[in-house]
Amino acid sequence: MSKLARLSLVVALLLALAEPVLAQARKDAPHNYGIGHAATADQIAGWDIDTRPDGQGAPPGRGSVKEGEKVYMDKCVACHGEFGESAGRWPQVAQGKGTLASHDPVKTVGSYFPYLSSVIDYIRRAMPFGDAQSLGNDELYAVTAYVLYLNDIIDNKFVLSKETWDKVKMPNAGGFFDDDRETAEKAFWNFNPCMKDCRGPVKIIGRAGAIDVTPDEKTQKRGVE
Amino acid sequence: MGDPNETARATRRHFLAGTAGLAVAGVTQTQAENAKNLPPNVANWTRQLGEGVGVRAYGNPSKYEKDVIRRTVPWLTATPESSVSFTPLHQLGGIITPNGLCFERHHGGIAEINPEDYRLMVHGLVDKPLIFTLDELKRLPPVSKIYFLECAANSGMEWRGAQLNGCQYTHGMVHCVQYTGVMLKLLLEQAGLRPGAKWIMAEGGDAAAMNRSIPLSKALDDCIVAYRMNGEMLRPEQGYPVRLVVPGWEGNVWIKWLRRIKVGDQPWFTREETSKYTDLLENGKARQFTFVMDAKSVITSPSPQAPVRQKGFNIISGLAWSGRGKVKRVDVSLDGGRNWRTARIDGPVLDKACVRFYFEFEWNGEELLLQSRAMDDTRYVQPSKDALRKVRGINSIYHNNGIQTWALKADGELENVEVG
Repeated sequence: MSKLARLSLVVALLLALAEPVLAQARKDAPHNYGIGHAATADQIAGWDIDTRPDGQGAPPGRGSVKEGEKVYMDKCVACHGEFGESAGRWPQVAQGKGTLASHDPVKTVGSYFPYLSSVIDYIRRAMPFGDAQSLGNDELYAVTAYVLYLNDIIDNKFVLSKETWDKVKMPNAGGFFDDDRETAEKAFWNFNPCMKDCRGPVKIIGRAGAIDVTPDEKTQKRGVE
Repeated sequence: MGDPNETARATRRHFLAGTAGLAVAGVTQTQAENAKNLPPNVANWTRQLGEGVGVRAYGNPSKYEKDVIRRTVPWLTATPESSVSFTPLHQLGGIITPNGLCFERHHGGIAEINPEDYRLMVHGLVDKPLIFTLDELKRLPPVSKIYFLECAANSGMEWRGAQLNGCQYTHGMVHCVQYTGVMLKLLLEQAGLRPGAKWIMAEGGDAAAMNRSIPLSKALDDCIVAYRMNGEMLRPEQGYPVRLVVPGWEGNVWIKWLRRIKVGDQPWFTREETSKYTDLLENGKARQFTFVMDAKSVITSPSPQAPVRQKGFNIISGLAWSGRGKVKRVDVSLDGGRNWRTARIDGPVLDKACVRFYFEFEWNGEELLLQSRAMDDTRYVQPSKDALRKVRGINSIYHNNGIQTWALKADGELENVEVG
């Protein structure tokens, strides 16, 4: 047998051995159904509006606190209040510093939001309420800057953009930790929960009736018969 | 009014509200019915023809069931477009929630989407960004699965004590439905995941453009891109034509009116997973990405909206569910948690779905404190409200799965109470 013939035999043998492995790999490979069509760059750009903490996705543009004041007074103040204090039950966007561990925590951009992107991403997609995705990029940066200013996070000369993004330090950035219930609340896993004489005498210490905030059911009816 | 059954119901309610004993309730009830329809007389509906077919082209419940509706708590929110309505759990049986009674939680109102105009985009860290039409999604191999969906804020008003008098309000942000759709994994495979892919972001097409980050491991495990509920197309309130199903996880990540799935290498930390849907603890620090709904149960009847009508033999009925797996057992206490007995589970016990439990008892008018306690197949046991407050404080808003207490009073009425 020539060297070449011997080599061919080895290759053939190897291929024969490998065949079941390759077949298995083909079986595990996701099936392509040929359904769905390619999204074009233009189509993606129209909907790709999300922004991450590292600035990925942040749109081009810039806006100053001063410009933001005008946008805010035109489009936000009716619900969020002149100083971000909220009008009625709409979300409060400013103040609340130092309240998170109190009996009455006030969660605002300044007191609670961990990242600038969480604010930008939300305003960009959902605000103004009832006129979503209507702000231009400059307006978006400006009004965000104004809300940051209302929270004493930046001064009144600040101009917010992709370039100045990193200068914004959110006060509650370190206020969050990942779900740890499986360790922190391990005591809730129990193979033999108590069935008899599990506690001392039971007293009623609060009543929903006394608070009396349950809606009257007679006032609510099915709309369409 | 003018409807005899309506009058009967009103009379009964009035009677129950009074303090006269229950022993004669049965008699009073019978007297209030329309005697003309009762034996030995032949009823109206037996003498006359009814409506023919086609009159009710899409059938509604009987007109006598018109108080079985979703209800709201108007003072909870600033506007109905970003608000919640509650499932009337006390009026339902079995484990499947009828489509029209599934609780609603919208953040920008109900999007009304023409299915012809519907598109789902899959892009980001993928080889081939894709767009699917609704017809294309329906052409892919479907799956049908029954899952519960619970809002993370269900029972959220009860952290500081008993507030709302009715399980519709305290626990009505849960429903259980059979979904039909395409496995999310299959869609991601069509686009082809690129190295480094670790998270996805799901985004709605509604006026809130709701967006949440979900670990890729969950997306590839059991998530469904669903277009049907209980056989028919999704209701607009539930995301018509397409929503994401994320079994066992908080309702907020089940993005409705789904328009986009983006693949990335890290979470997005959107407003809804930072400023909202994080669980603030007593020390001012907050848990994030608390996706799983812990085991929970509630007695749906009797309950404040469903009083006990008769002495003697009575049945406690309730629902239990767990985001970690199957419900293993439900215990019931009649004395506020001092002593427990195991309830009977009826019907299917499915992974991350509601189960129905029953507990039979004789009632002679004594005051009772009714509780139920669920245990799942990971042996997680639903904690008391006090035990939960001890580890979480009272500022969490979300993930309140503490044991509920209904006080049954001598007149058969019940009240949401806090026990200590």
